[in-house]
Amino acid sequence: MNFPKFLVASVAFYAIVQVLSMLGIFNGYMMIIINKSLIYVILAVSLNLINGITGQFSLGHMGFAAVGAYVSGTITTLFFKLRAPREFSLDALPAELVFFCAIVVGGLVAAFIGVLIGFPSLRLKGDYLAIVTLGFGEIIKSVINGIDYVGGPRGLLGIAPFSNFTVIFIFAFLTIVIIRNVIESSHGRAMLAIRENELAADLAGVDSTRYKVTGFAMGAFFAGIAGGLLAHLIQMAHPTQYGFLASAMVLILVYAGGMGSLTGSIIAAFLLTFLTEALRLGVDWVHEITKLPIGTEWTMVIYALLLILIMLFKPDGLMGMREAKILQLGRKHA
Amino acid sequence: MKAYTKFVAIGAIALGLGIGMAACSSGPKEIVIGGVGPVTGEAATFGVSTKNAYEMAIAEWNANKGINGKQLKLVFADDKGDPTEGATVYTKLIQQDKVVAIVGTVMSKVSLAGAPICQSSGIPMISPTSTNPKVTEVGDFIFRACFIDPFQGTVGAQFAFNDLGAKKAAALFDSGNDYAKGLSEFFKAKFEELGGAGSVVAFEGHASGTTDFKAQLTKILAAKPDVLYVSDYYQDVALIAKQARELGFKGPMVGGDGWDSPDLVKIGGAAVENGFFTNHYSAEDTRPIVQDFVKKYTAKYGAAPDALATLGYDAMTLMLDAIKRAGKTDGKSIRDALKAADLAVVSGQVKFDASRNPVKSAVIIEIKDGKQVYKTTVNP
Repeated sequence: MNFPKFLVASVAFYAIVQVLSMLGIFNGYMMIIINKSLIYVILAVSLNLINGITGQFSLGHMGFAAVGAYVSGTITTLFFKLRAPREFSLDALPAELVFFCAIVVGGLVAAFIGVLIGFPSLRLKGDYLAIVTLGFGEIIKSVINGIDYVGGPRGLLGIAPFSNFTVIFIFAFLTIVIIRNVIESSHGRAMLAIRENELAADLAGVDSTRYKVTGFAMGAFFAGIAGGLLAHLIQMAHPTQYGFLASAMVLILVYAGGMGSLTGSIIAAFLLTFLTEALRLGVDWVHEITKLPIGTEWTMVIYALLLILIMLFKPDGLMGMREAKILQLGRKHA
Repeated sequence: MKAYTKFVAIGAIALGLGIGMAACSSGPKEIVIGGVGPVTGEAATFGVSTKNAYEMAIAEWNANKGINGKQLKLVFADDKGDPTEGATVYTKLIQQDKVVAIVGTVMSKVSLAGAPICQSSGIPMISPTSTNPKVTEVGDFIFRACFIDPFQGTVGAQFAFNDLGAKKAAALFDSGNDYAKGLSEFFKAKFEELGGAGSVVAFEGHASGTTDFKAQLTKILAAKPDVLYVSDYYQDVALIAKQARELGFKGPMVGGDGWDSPDLVKIGGAAVENGFFTNHYSAEDTRPIVQDFVKKYTAKYGAAPDALATLGYDAMTLMLDAIKRAGKTDGKSIRDALKAADLAVVSGQVKFDASRNPVKSAVIIEIKDGKQVYKTTVNP
């Protein structure tokens, strides 16, 4: 990975968005779209590590996001409750620190659960992980519904709005850098070997179970981070946000971008999030001009149509397995 | 290099969107109102009724010269029944479309995502149908047009005790659904207050998604209740009614607005006869405002308005009335006017209490010969 160039590009992106936001050219609506895109970047890149790089198939990625959202949301709301009488300033360091720790703890708990369910199912070859993660996604929803302390079916409410563009950007940047570096390390080579041929990797001395579980837990960790950020962005967490459909949405990002390509995941996360909003504005605009009976419900039809077109003309996703220069593997890559 | 081109292309699209968004703001001649509802997703039928009602109310006010000579413009946004999407569209309406007020949305969980945004931006919001008490607790800019869950349970108990003359009651509910559970708990509390401790002889929960209720019903019927309170949604209610009648229960059954569906009679048949439920309005109510609304809605959309359409229409009417009385379009003035509302709308005479919930009457509807028949109006 060409780290200096990537750093420059990222800082440039951050600076441009910040300046445009300060100038008022990007309003709050634009910022929430960018923030959502960045959260989807974290989700898609981390799922890509599991599905694209290690070659496993996880269907419950949002289940880990739910764990992260509820754990970090509970920690920060509890912290606020304990210190409720004092007026809080969001700039105060301790509050920011608690938020940061809460997000990381959320990720760690998600990773721990990842190990728990990954260890038995990843020792086997085949599609067992898909079934187990699908079940996990539903189980975590039921468990949350059953816990009154976190609101049960009413959702966890009143989470402080800590997630802003800077925080989400930093986490997204770190996610990409860390996962990229993992792929570049000997661990990553082992994961790639498992994807290409697990039997051959085993014979070459790669402890396939260990690397599969490591990759899975790492993916779960970053999904937990993303969940925590999302909960602190929209100030609530609700079990229905983390169901199978939401997991499928992340899967779509990975496939549309290209399995195994981090660049693809990043592009797809931005492109599809922006596309949803562009269609919303576009359909409203067409309706305004032509007065045709096209309502906002048509956006989902066009969205689905565009997805089909992408998969028809780019069956390997937008990027296939290629990476942008600045994200490419260092020396000669496998 | 190709990837660079793509990055640049996306950047350009984003920038274009941003500038495009900054460029199109509406003229000062019209008042822009935001409307939110789920027209796609799991609650799509609710959203469509609500959207129809918003549009109808706006069209009527516009035909009537708008507000203080200014025409009204409705910007409707689809929340897909998802809180994340809800947060996005509330932000869009406030930041992008510069709405003066927002009417929406249907589901409590989505309203709860939108309410903090309205509160921190100082934009008044009224939800037509979010019954979760927490919605208006978010802040003083948040209102609702429907009664909350505790009220229905209480009214159901009053009706069962006073009008049906029941001395012993039993309740059966879906313990995985906070709406059903809440209604039954408040029914029990009120009934025991009226009939004394122990007058609720059985209080049974069942798991979500069950279709066989005979175990619970056998236990309930052994306690010989005069009335059975069932606070589930209509699919479960129909099955429970069938099985209760099979087991020999002949008394009346009472429930909440979850019963309000034509499918209740289709599935339940004769078993749901002698059933009563609390609802927001009845199409048979003889008040002229109700009959007028039903006629106009039916003429425009080809179907009688359901409770969601009615509450959507009422919520919009309350908001527009407040804007008119405020005479200004800043959030604080509209909020103060809305707080002081005392208006006859389709679902009754509405005033807001201190926590911005409406104080209004409920109607009791009876299932008679396979039809919903207006029985009585209960005042709080």
